[in-house]
Formats: sequence, C-alpha cells, structure tokens
Amino acid sequence: MGWFSLLFGPDGWAPLLLRGTLITVMLSAASVPFGFGGGLLLALLKLSPRRAVRTACEAYTTFFRGIPDLLSLFIVYFGLQALLNALGNALGDGWRLEMNAFVAGVLALSVVVAAYSSEVWVASLRAVPPGQAEAARALGLDPGQVFRLVQLPQLLRLALPGLGNIWTILIKDTSLISTLAVMDLLRAASEASRSTARPLLFYSAASALYLVFSVSSGFGQAYLERRANRGYS
Amino acid sequence: MLPYLLGWVGFVFNVDLLNAWGWRLLLGLRVTAEVVLIACSLGFLLAWPLSLARRSRNPLLAWPVLAYTAYFRGTPLLCQLYLVYYGAGELRPALASAGLWWFFRDAFYCCIFAFTLNTAAYQSEILRGAVLAVPKGQLEAARALGLSRLAIARHVIWPQAMLVALRPLGNELISIVKASALAAIVTLMDLMGETRLIFARTFDFSIYLYAAILYLAITQAISQLWNWLERLLSRHLIIARAVTAPVAQTRARGPALDPVSAEF
Repeated sequence: MGWFSLLFGPDGWAPLLLRGTLITVMLSAASVPFGFGGGLLLALLKLSPRRAVRTACEAYTTFFRGIPDLLSLFIVYFGLQALLNALGNALGDGWRLEMNAFVAGVLALSVVVAAYSSEVWVASLRAVPPGQAEAARALGLDPGQVFRLVQLPQLLRLALPGLGNIWTILIKDTSLISTLAVMDLLRAASEASRSTARPLLFYSAASALYLVFSVSSGFGQAYLERRANRGYS
Repeated sequence: MLPYLLGWVGFVFNVDLLNAWGWRLLLGLRVTAEVVLIACSLGFLLAWPLSLARRSRNPLLAWPVLAYTAYFRGTPLLCQLYLVYYGAGELRPALASAGLWWFFRDAFYCCIFAFTLNTAAYQSEILRGAVLAVPKGQLEAARALGLSRLAIARHVIWPQAMLVALRPLGNELISIVKASALAAIVTLMDLMGETRLIFARTFDFSIYLYAAILYLAITQAISQLWNWLERLLSRHLIIARAVTAPVAQTRARGPALDPVSAEF
C-alpha cells in the first residue's frame, strides 16, 4: 500500500497518530504546574535557613539529575504502585487501589522536571535584587503579596529561558511514558508500524509531529520572552 | 498501618538481592560504558566537520546540517532509536545486498549508530558556539602576524574554543550516559537492561535503586573529573582572573556541571 493511504485512507493510521499527539501535548502540559511549581517550591526550600531542609532538597536534585530519566520514571511508577498496594493492604481486604497510567506518568515526569527546574529557579531567585523585597515590605505588603506581586514577575522573566529549555526536554521525555501503558504519540507510531510492518513510515511521521510540536513551542517561547522583557529593551 | 509501611521500606532496600544478582549489574555497566565511550568519541569526530559546514557561507553545506541538527535535537532520542532499529529491519534486503546487515542486525551497533548521530548534532552546536565565543581580535591579530589559515585554526582558535566547549561537552557526556538507558528498550543488555531483567525475575523493587546508585556514581564521577580538568586546563587564567575580576564575581563559584541539558 502507498504511504498516503496508509496514513489518510479509510483505514489510515493518521487519526491514531493525532490522538497520540494530543496525549503527548496533554502529558507535557499537565506536568508543567506540578513540575515547575514543585521546582519553585524546592528552590525556596533550598534557600531556607535550616540546613537539614537545604541538604534534603539538594540530595533530591542531585539524585534525579544524576540518573537516567527512564530510571526515574520506573522508580516513581513502580514505587508508587508498591506504596498504593501497601496502603490498600493497610486499609483492609476489600480495598484495591488502582493507578491510572496517565496520572502516574504525569507524576513521574513532574518529579524529574521539578528536580531540573529547581536549579533554574534558584539561580533566578538569587538574581532578583533583595532590595525589591525589602522595599515591598517597607510599603507594608504582607509576605504573600511580596512574593506574588513583586518577586514572582521579576523571577519569571529571569527563569523563562531556562524553563524553556526544560520544556523542550519535557516534550521529548514524554516519549518515555510510552514504555508504561500510555498511548502517546510514540506508542501510537509503534502500534501502527507493528500492524503494518512499515516502521520507517510511521516513525518518520511521529518524528515530524514531534518536530512540529517542539518547533512551534520554540516560537511560543520566543514570544513569551519578548513579552517578559518588554520593559527592558 | 505502620507495619505495612515498614514492610514497604524493607521492600525498597533488599541486600540479599545484591549478592545474588550484583554481578549481572556489573556486566551491564560494562556494556553501558562501551556504548557511551564509543558513541561520544565518534560523535566528537563527526561534530567537527558538521560545525564547520554549519558555519559555511555555502547554503548547500549549511542548510542540510541545520536540518540535521533540528531533527536530532527536536525529536525524542527514543523515536530516533526506533527509526534506526526497526527501520533497518524493513530495509533488510537492501542492507543485506549492501553488506551492511550484520551491522544493523545488532542492537548494540544500532544504539551506537543512533547515539552517535544524536550526540554529534548536540556537540556540533557546542563547538560552533565555542568557536564563535573566541574574541574577534584574536583572529585579526593572528592574521596580522601572517599565520596561515591552518595555523590560526590550530594554534589560536582551537585551544581557546576547546576551553569554552569543555564544560558543555562534559554535560553532553553526562547526558549520553543517562540517555544510554534507552538502549535497554531495544533489548540491549546494558545496565538498565540487566536491571529490567532482574526486576522481571525477582519483582524486587530495590534493584532499581541499586541501578540508580550506579548511574549516580558514574555521573558524579564525570562531574568531578570535569571540574578537575577545567582547573587543570585553565590554570594559566587563574592569576589574570584574580587580578581583573570584581570582588562579587570571585566569590561566586562557577555553575555546577549541569546534566539538565540531558535530551531524549
């Protein structure tokens, strides 16, 4: 069969690939609040006056940045499953806690992204002049307002390029979730190539879709950075 | 509830497992080291001509390299690996008649092939950036001295560019160590492959943590080695830096080796 009808014919595989792309986009987008948010939390804890807190957070970052992302995913996935089983047993015989593969995948990605992004956040937190927070406090803002209204906007501007790099890593890392049981873009391509024995066609199609996603988010990043820097040019 | 959670901790660290299966992990470690060292060195050799072509004014040279780097940096390494490993199976008759089938039949060679092309794309961008970072005056001064193009490249540009490229190249080496775990998915018995096999046999979660400790040891060792290398190779700059650098900058140490650039 020609490649065109394999993709777009009546029994074509394009719908499956597009659904997979949607899952990939959703996996990446869903990991952003937990991953980047968790990274910011870690960064704030790393600057804490208490040494034990700092050490624990540094250890977390060193661990997840020093091992393969695939291994991190397995550790989070199987560790979570084991914990759920233990909890289910603790709750009694009738309880059987099931884990949704998509949710587990998002959690696993977030754990890795939090470790990566905390370094970016720490560098940006150090780069915001302390006088900004002092002035805000002197104006009578409460600590939450100081952070939200004064520090965070400046922080975001400084962190944006670094977070953009991590976002592109995140997009590509979602492909690892295909080894768990989530029908993302890469798994859809695997499925199609197994059924049709045309791996070259389908993995190329998947590559093209990944490329569209990463190139277009590159443009998005450039726009956001321009916007964040609009007062500085 | 507490005994169950304590049972979970026991489940996480199991020492007997290491006695029974530790030697297999070491076998896997060797395969990982082979893949990483071969792919990184070949990638480095390939990166030089690529970075030269990318800077060329001839669009016939520069554009294909641009497309090459865009593809390898913009798509997941796992997808590239599948394309090579499964795609080679589809091309089997052609590869066999070209006498290349022995190469692409083997998961080990497929991994080296895919990792080499991938890291060459990243390394060529690192080298390009490093060469661009050499101050223009250096080139002009060398020209004014009447040095030949080759002598300028070898004695003026190269030594300075390599010093700039050193740290990102170390990050790239760490990235490839981490990325090499993907080889396990296409059946190669590297450290990750052995780990998965042992988990499949024993259903013992601790094996993942032991593998993590081994990977961590490798990446931390590379990180330390690179700090040492950088101190060694830039010691001629230390005095100049101490004299010229403002106080605020001498206090801040350089950024830690950054495995964030890990890419799949």
